[in-house]
Amino acid sequence: MTDGLKLELGRRYRFSASHRLHSSRLSKEENRRVYGKCNNPHGHGHNYVVEVNVSGIVDPATGMIANLADLDGFVEREVIEPFDHKSLNEDVAAFRESVPTTENVCKEIFARLKHFPKARLERVRVEETSNNTFEYAGEEL
Amino acid sequence: MVYLTRKLEFSASHLYHNPAFSAEENKRIFGKCNNPHGHGHNYTLEVTVAGDPDPVTGMVLDLKELKEILEREITQRMDHRFLNYEVPELKDQIPTCENIARVIWNLLEPKISKGRLHKVRLYETPDLYADCYRNGVHSA
Repeated sequence: MTDGLKLELGRRYRFSASHRLHSSRLSKEENRRVYGKCNNPHGHGHNYVVEVNVSGIVDPATGMIANLADLDGFVEREVIEPFDHKSLNEDVAAFRESVPTTENVCKEIFARLKHFPKARLERVRVEETSNNTFEYAGEEL
Repeated sequence: MVYLTRKLEFSASHLYHNPAFSAEENKRIFGKCNNPHGHGHNYTLEVTVAGDPDPVTGMVLDLKELKEILEREITQRMDHRFLNYEVPELKDQIPTCENIARVIWNLLEPKISKGRLHKVRLYETPDLYADCYRNGVHSA
C-alpha cells in the first residue's frame, strides 16, 4: 500500500522457567551482594510473558502481515519449546556463558526470532513479573 | 510533545474468507476464522494523539471531543456489528486486526482537529493486536 501507513502485529506468549543469577566473574560474596536472593544456588522461577512485534506489508489477499499460525509455530519452536518448564541456566546453551537476567533473556529471544522469514522483527518485550519489563529492538536504535 | 491515549471497547463478529481462494485454501490459510457463520471478539482500541498542550487549556486535545469522535466514528459504526457485512469501509477486505486498524486510522485521522493522530492500537484479544502509525514515526 502507498498510503504511508505502517502496520505492526503484536502477539503475547508465555513460558515458565527457573533461573539463578550468578556470574562466574564475581566472587561468592560479590554474587550474593549483587544478585541478592536471585543468587540462591537452587534457583527460582517466573511466569514470563514475551511480547513480539513484527511489521511488513499487509497481503491484500489475506489481510495479514504474517499468518498467525506461522508466527506462533516459529515462536513455539524457537523459544517456547526450548524455554518452557526448563532451567534457563542448565537447559539453554546461551546461558552457560551469560547470566540469565531478563535483559539477556530478552536479547536471546530477539536473536532467535530475528530470522522469522515472513515478516520483520521489530522488538521483543519480556515481562519477568508484572512489575518488571524489558524491551529490546536490536542495536540500530 | 505529549502523547495522550484514549481507550474504548467494542464487540463485533467477523469471518475470514477470500472468494478468490478455493474452499480448501480458505480453510488452510484462515483455519477456524473461516467458519462461514462468523465468530466474535471484544476488541479494545487505544488511540494515541500527539501534540503540545495548549497554553491556555493545558490540553493537547479535549478528551471530551476525542470521546465524541470515537463514539461517532467507531462505536456507532462497529459495535455489535458483523464487520464483513455491516461496515462498508471493510467491504472486499479481510477484516483482520491489521485491516481494521488501518480503516480506523483512516476514519479518525481527518477528524482529529488538534494535535495529530500518532498511533492506533487494536486488540482483538489480550494476546493479539495490530498497531498502525505513519511510516517513519517512531512507535512510542
